[in-house]
Amino acid sequence: MNAPLPDPMVPVPFRIEKVRRDLSDTFTMELVPEAGGEFAFQPGQFNMLYVFGVGEVPISISGDPADRSVLVHTTRSVGQVTEALDALKPGDSLGVRGPFGTSWPVESAFGHDLVFVAGGVGLAPLRPAIYQAMANRERFGRVIVLYGARTPEDILYKKELERWRGRFDLDVLVTVDRATGRWGGNVGVVTNLVARGGFDPLNTTSFVCGPEVMMRYAAQALEKKGVDTGRIWVSVERNMKCGCGLCGHCQWGPHFTCKDGPVFRYDRVADLFQIREL
Amino acid sequence: MAQPNSKNAIPYLLDMDGLGALISALVRQGRQVIGPSLADDAVIYDDIDSIADLPAGWGADQSAGHYRLKRRDDQALFGYGLAPQGWKRQLYPPRQKLFAARRQDSGFAVEPPPPPPPPLALIGVRACELAAIDRQAKVFGDRSYADPGYQSRLANAFIVAVQCAEAQATCFCAAMGTGPEVSHGYDIKLTEIFVQKHHGFVAEAGTPQGAKLLKALKAPAAGAAEIKAAGLAVKNAARQDKHLDAEAARKLSAQPDHPRWDKVAERCLSCGNCTMVCPTCFCTTVEDVTDLKGDNAERWRKWDSCFTMDFSYIHGGAVRTETRSRYRQWITHKLSTWVDQFGEQGCVGCGRCTTWCPVGIDITEEAAAITGQERI
Repeated sequence: MNAPLPDPMVPVPFRIEKVRRDLSDTFTMELVPEAGGEFAFQPGQFNMLYVFGVGEVPISISGDPADRSVLVHTTRSVGQVTEALDALKPGDSLGVRGPFGTSWPVESAFGHDLVFVAGGVGLAPLRPAIYQAMANRERFGRVIVLYGARTPEDILYKKELERWRGRFDLDVLVTVDRATGRWGGNVGVVTNLVARGGFDPLNTTSFVCGPEVMMRYAAQALEKKGVDTGRIWVSVERNMKCGCGLCGHCQWGPHFTCKDGPVFRYDRVADLFQIREL
Repeated sequence: MAQPNSKNAIPYLLDMDGLGALISALVRQGRQVIGPSLADDAVIYDDIDSIADLPAGWGADQSAGHYRLKRRDDQALFGYGLAPQGWKRQLYPPRQKLFAARRQDSGFAVEPPPPPPPPLALIGVRACELAAIDRQAKVFGDRSYADPGYQSRLANAFIVAVQCAEAQATCFCAAMGTGPEVSHGYDIKLTEIFVQKHHGFVAEAGTPQGAKLLKALKAPAAGAAEIKAAGLAVKNAARQDKHLDAEAARKLSAQPDHPRWDKVAERCLSCGNCTMVCPTCFCTTVEDVTDLKGDNAERWRKWDSCFTMDFSYIHGGAVRTETRSRYRQWITHKLSTWVDQFGEQGCVGCGRCTTWCPVGIDITEEAAAITGQERI
């Protein structure tokens, strides 16, 4: 008989150090393991977060992969478990399983222009890759962040975006679907920002994360610009109960989104995007 | 666990007492012995204590959407075809506790898992069922994350395979290359035979544990007539009416828009029966429970079905809202994308999905229609 393997289904308790409200329905938590130690992950990976007695949800990691002392998650409360997460306060505990899944291949973009295309809360899973790119800034050509939100009030990490925008080595463009209040910026879908270009298509890698339909159109816009579909990466969301290929829920065609994804190379899944209700 | 069998195992001849002694020996080893027995108008796999629990003289008629027990005209112990559910019930139970957690002054503590249950002995495992166990073992063990529970239950199980002597109307293991002959994955292999007035079993060991146990029974060697009868029994079981073109079915994933999906959706009730009886279906969901004070919480894993609306839910709604999409997911995964995932098909040809479908949808007919192999 083989030696027993660690059970991937049992969570590890973490303590909430800080909670920051990003938007009316979105918040960012900083967590540390109760038993001490560090948490290592790759940008784009996710954890299963367990709220005591309530349930578990897959949430991408939104912190800096270089900082292993703290685990950062940005969550939008849209259901029972995320609402229970939202109700937790600093000092409270939650369970963590992970990290799971594939990651944004930041190093594969060395020598290239790097274009991040994010929609809504899809900026959260991209942020660790943006941090990693900035930490290795000299390894890239242009680094561009294109971000679309529903309204100006829905712009995630607004202060940070403004700070990034102030850097001379980073291009940040933000657009909203619907202007409200005193918004004087871009209005329209994020795909429009892709169409503006500003990168060398033949020498560009792009990481795209947002609603599925947005990713499909963004990838098509990049392709239209001349970016190789093998250099476009997307992050896919599916129902997940285990995070590690055992529960079957996240299947998307031949893929287990939790293990083969969530980050996929676009040319490998472009066909699947076209199939309704897959 | 059973390893690939040794080629030169000596076949023994077990009579009823010999089989009884085999079961007793497994009970004495402290094993939970599971075998076929009568319950709820069916032959099911459940706890047995002795040979007296086996369904002597009972058979079952199985066809699309139909299962009825019937009296056989002999006293065969294993003449019922297949139980409604295979051995995943024992190896991957429908409800499993994943962990318990207790609230503490600060935070909560996750309690260690309970001690493992006694090792299993499975009596009457068919060739297609061994293949199904293989398939699930790959799902739960061959990749970077394993299910330690499944692995240890299987590793510690003693498997007594019993070869089929006849096929049911829904069987197509021959087409899937999984049976009816038992070729590996067993500790002991039995073939039930009737030679003249003698009713017995040709028994072969597949592992050293199996050989040791058989030897201890002090059974006589099987004679040429018995060995021949065993061979004929398996040959008879290979005569199957149902056929599935396994090669063609691998291409199901290339047919997401076939009009047949709409046709089958008109019949499919989306009830999930096929997934509950399929011996390879492995999908599960989780359920969180707490006590009334909220101090103790448990997380349970339960079998789930890709036919439920909830299965594909992400905020905003289900991905697969239509029956057509869910049936397509199930059969495409079983016959096609399983190959991408695990290098082989997820269907072993047991025919349970056809038997237990309330409207009698036949997986072989649907696969043939969609991959263009339809026969009249």
